[in-house]
Amino acid sequence: MDCYTANWNPLGESAFYRKYELYSMDWDLKEELRDYLVAAAPYGGPIALLRNPWQKEKAASIRPVLEIYSASGMPLASLLWKSGPVVSLGWSAEEELLCVQEDGVVLVYGLHGDFRRHFSMGNEVLQNRVLDARIFHTEFGSGVAILTGAHRFTLSANVGDLKLRRMPEVPGLQSAPSCWTILCQDRVAQILLAVGPDLYLLDHAACSAVTPPGLAPGVSSFLQMAVSFTYRHLALFTDTGCIWMGTASLKEKLCEFNCNIRAPPKQMVWCSRPRSKERAVVVAWERRLMVVGDAPESIQYKQLTIQVLLDRLVLRRLYPLAIQICEYLRLPEVQGVSRILAHWACYKVQQKDVSDEDVARAINQKLGDTPGVSYSDIAARAYGCGRTELAIKLLEYEPRSGEQVPLLLKMKRSKLALSKAIESGDTDLVFTVLLHLKNELNRGDFFMTLRNQPMALSLYRQFCKHQELETLKDLYNQDDNHQELGSFHIRASYAEERIEGRVAALQTAADAFYKAKNEFAAKATEDQMRLLRLQRRLEEELGRQFLDLSLHDTVTTLILDGHNKRAEQLARDFRIPDKRLWWLKLTALADLEDWEELEKFSKSKKSPIGYLPFVEICMKQHNKYEAKKYASRVGPEQKVKALLLVGDVAQAADVAIERRNEAELSLVLSHCTGATDGATADKIQRARAQAQKK
Amino acid sequence: MAAHLSYGRVNLNVLREAVRRELREFLDKCAGSKAIVWDEYLTGPFGLIAQYSLLKEHEVEKMFTLKGSRLPAADVKNIIFFVRPRLELMDIIAENVLSEDRRGPARDFHILFVPRRSLLCEQRLKDLGVLGSFIHREEYGLDLIPFDGDLLSMESEGAFRECYLESDQTSLYHAAKGLMTLQALYGTIPQIFGKGECARQVANMMIRMKREFTGSQNAIFPVFDNLLLLDRNVDLLTPLATQLTYEGLIDEIYGIQNSYVKLPPEKFAPKKQGDGGKDLPTEAKKLQLNSAEELYAEIRDKNFNAVGSVLSKKAKVISAAFEERHHAKTVGEIKQFVSQLPHMQAARGSLANHTSIAELIKDVTTSEDFFDKLTVEQEFMSGIDTDKVNSYIEDCIAQKHPLIKVLRLICLQSVCNSGLKQKVLDHYKREVLQTYGYEHLLTLHSLEKAGLLKPQAGGRNSYPTIRKTLRLWMDDVNEQSPTDISYVYSGYAPLSVRLAQLLSRPGWRSIEEVLRILPGPHFEERQPLPTGLQKKRQPGENRVTLVFFLGGVTFAEIAALRFLSQLEDGGTEYVIATTKLVNGATWIESLMERPL
Repeated sequence: MDCYTANWNPLGESAFYRKYELYSMDWDLKEELRDYLVAAAPYGGPIALLRNPWQKEKAASIRPVLEIYSASGMPLASLLWKSGPVVSLGWSAEEELLCVQEDGVVLVYGLHGDFRRHFSMGNEVLQNRVLDARIFHTEFGSGVAILTGAHRFTLSANVGDLKLRRMPEVPGLQSAPSCWTILCQDRVAQILLAVGPDLYLLDHAACSAVTPPGLAPGVSSFLQMAVSFTYRHLALFTDTGCIWMGTASLKEKLCEFNCNIRAPPKQMVWCSRPRSKERAVVVAWERRLMVVGDAPESIQYKQLTIQVLLDRLVLRRLYPLAIQICEYLRLPEVQGVSRILAHWACYKVQQKDVSDEDVARAINQKLGDTPGVSYSDIAARAYGCGRTELAIKLLEYEPRSGEQVPLLLKMKRSKLALSKAIESGDTDLVFTVLLHLKNELNRGDFFMTLRNQPMALSLYRQFCKHQELETLKDLYNQDDNHQELGSFHIRASYAEERIEGRVAALQTAADAFYKAKNEFAAKATEDQMRLLRLQRRLEEELGRQFLDLSLHDTVTTLILDGHNKRAEQLARDFRIPDKRLWWLKLTALADLEDWEELEKFSKSKKSPIGYLPFVEICMKQHNKYEAKKYASRVGPEQKVKALLLVGDVAQAADVAIERRNEAELSLVLSHCTGATDGATADKIQRARAQAQKK
Repeated sequence: MAAHLSYGRVNLNVLREAVRRELREFLDKCAGSKAIVWDEYLTGPFGLIAQYSLLKEHEVEKMFTLKGSRLPAADVKNIIFFVRPRLELMDIIAENVLSEDRRGPARDFHILFVPRRSLLCEQRLKDLGVLGSFIHREEYGLDLIPFDGDLLSMESEGAFRECYLESDQTSLYHAAKGLMTLQALYGTIPQIFGKGECARQVANMMIRMKREFTGSQNAIFPVFDNLLLLDRNVDLLTPLATQLTYEGLIDEIYGIQNSYVKLPPEKFAPKKQGDGGKDLPTEAKKLQLNSAEELYAEIRDKNFNAVGSVLSKKAKVISAAFEERHHAKTVGEIKQFVSQLPHMQAARGSLANHTSIAELIKDVTTSEDFFDKLTVEQEFMSGIDTDKVNSYIEDCIAQKHPLIKVLRLICLQSVCNSGLKQKVLDHYKREVLQTYGYEHLLTLHSLEKAGLLKPQAGGRNSYPTIRKTLRLWMDDVNEQSPTDISYVYSGYAPLSVRLAQLLSRPGWRSIEEVLRILPGPHFEERQPLPTGLQKKRQPGENRVTLVFFLGGVTFAEIAALRFLSQLEDGGTEYVIATTKLVNGATWIESLMERPL
């Protein structure tokens, strides 16, 4: 039976271990692994290796090779590194390889070594260089943190949606921290760093000193720190040989262990056995490995979902297998088959030996109107490979204009983009294209394009109304739209401070209205000019403000100020209709309580508005005496009303009875309130009874 | 909090909850304490979705109004701008961000665009050099806001002007988006009917958007049977007439904004004995008006002349209920009485409020001028003397009555005469310009452009045909217990609602001729439903029709649709959506231009 135990070796006193080779790695290392930058993706993903010649001072002349292997050791890619010195490598959750360069530029590669994109960790890095970098994973995605030569940290919590956060300065930090790590708490990424005996926590707002609870005294430096995969736990290794384990919030200690080794460990990581809740820290030195346990983990994470599994198959171009899995699992199309087909299409567009027509047709045949397929993503990929024509063909299948239009703009197909934007009805898209076109075309061509697109033209006019008034004028001119030009100049006239400027603008407006055959507006504008000039003369002569009063109010003001002659003249000049003029004078004289003048006016000729308004206005000024004078002159139709206004109920009753008007009789009756009106009421009732008899 | 939204045939609380969820999710994205900087226009509509307590739960500690220069000091981690996507607002935001004190603690900036994120605005922020300062830039698709159990509004004040004057269809796009959201929550609407140019555009956008969303739609049993899209300019007449329902009159006289009304405080002073009325409140009395208030729900849609009797009946019932306490003898009876007390007191408070409001309104409606104005309106609508200069209008101008009132009457006359004779039109225009100022020339142009004011083309008046065919004027109107929608204007049946009524029975085919006279195309579209989602109507079960007024709707029109919903043999229940709740005054106001 010894064949079963033959390859087991004792570990300590009560445990045994064995080791055997799972895969033979298909790599051919020229140097020791320690001379390489190594990054292994989580969940058995690929492994990247880059020989690190920049560590040694002289060997910079030889270009290193970047190699990528699958976890089982199959070579996936190999390429000559032509870019700058690399500080750190790491894989994102989407299995993209992030290579952080010393100059702060991060190059991104796919798992087949295909270059995807690059971004910079900020301009200040250029001067100070990157000393150290970490790639980390949170629920938001994969992030990058760097430490610069100026001992400042910058991080981006999600490289998919790059937002750089420059962390605040650590007071008194003169050299690089002895160790540091990323923490993620309350969905915010923070940096924990050790400087001598002190620990600091950096978030984007502040730097605060922290102390791990229950740490044995005597620590003068932290040599290593490690945070668990879920960011719940933290381990610290001190120069006293102590391993402190606790919560990452630094609020609770789980355990502390002194290993009596004071040499700095090469590596320290958290690990856990599958399906067990036990957590442990593994510490590695050059020739020694130590496992320190006792930290129960309460939550199991199942981050490798079916979606992630499918992603991984797709990345390895195993499309048919992925589709079979989807069908077997009966995944909804949007999450399953269509996504995989979309990936397949993105791969397909890179096949340069097939013609644009054939690729586009093949893709459409397979994808059709499959829900959830983004033709614009595929088109973007095609454009990325330099196949603009193919991209345009693919975009034709895209129903979402919001996706279609920006890509068309990027490909400089602005006019096509414009008609697509208009089709969508999304005015914001139309505006966006218009502003592109405006910068791209010369003014004449731009206006011409607008002319052929009425919807875009009216939107652009709206834009100009608020942003570029002069352009608006040019647009109206181009279209010979004299009516709008007239209105434009009217508006402009109010912006003029001097009266000459105002009149000049109004003159331009009037001319435009004539051209528009809007005689009414032209005449009205000329009247306005005339009034303005007149008002200025009045201001000079009478020393009070007239400008911007309406014609009606100007005449009223003149009467109120006692300039009756001028008022008459103005009313004649502008042909104020008689009826309105009578109302105007009546109101003004009553306001002045000039009863004598009012009476004179009432007798100047027969009133075109009757005499009831005279009664009303006198009563409004509480002058019953004057009111009564006019009540007698009110015509029969309104007499009852007038008499009631002045409180003469008895006479009102007589008139109403005489006129045999039922409505008037009721009206008078409703006014019979006091005891004194009792007789009147009776009289009306009798008259009514009599009328019914007949 | 918003139970009244779920009383109707369609539970609009589902929509409210959906938008609240979206808001919470956004707030949680900006971890830590926050201050919100508000585009002032949004605070009213937002109040219907989320009270301050919700914001507070998500660590909103401060609120500011968006204005230029530096932001007020606030010890918070996040500053969130809640804004409409408008360029002028972007300029202010940039000013805020640029003048942020660098020495102070760093604060994170975010923008929430309502209802739509805008590339144009982001470009402006980029040009101003601040785009990178924002961590989150997102949109909050608050297109249709639930106002009541059967009422949704976009509260987009410029919608009519933009659509019909400026050919800017932004609000139509938002309307279509809002309808897509509704369909995502309440299922695809199988049939779309429409009348008008804008209606056609919205329908086109919806059909297009449906194609964009293929596959991502949930299989929901359709709640709505029909959608009717109506252009406001198909019926320019109705908003011009004075509304005569209780709610309509409150709006006409005091203005209802985001379901709140502000009233003169004197009538609401608490009656205390021995108090000689010294401490009269000076601040306006603010009341929320919606169907959550039982009494209001009962009287809001009645003709105002029928409100008084309901109120006095209610008063009797309530005082009788309070009298009950004298009869309560046993402990059990007293206990029962006490348990009903809060409800009774609420009812008494509500009755007191509405009695006061009704008195305020009555002061207006019994005034001679109100009567004269109404007489003229009714003459126009029934086709009397619409083709000559009206002396009441002339007198209003001569006495400088409010310009909006005058314009409303002139426009009403023009619409009821298919345009005015050139001489009449010019006379009115000249009178307005001379009396109110030449600056109103621009407003007159706007009204002409909108078709509210125009010269009669070819000397033909088609209004009588429309009036007769659609029975817009009813002589025998019963205000107390109405039998026809014409009760809402005491004689005039709103054209828009008549179209909805005729669509449901007997169908528009019967009025083809009139539909051709009214502006814009009329159409019908079907949206196919997957098998299994097709509705099988139970016998006697009503259809549900969503009527969307593009360019605004009045409370009287809403009342008329509610009246149709309640008809026993009506067969259709209505839910109403609009770009904005309007009345004649606010509507004309939105078309005015004041360069001075």
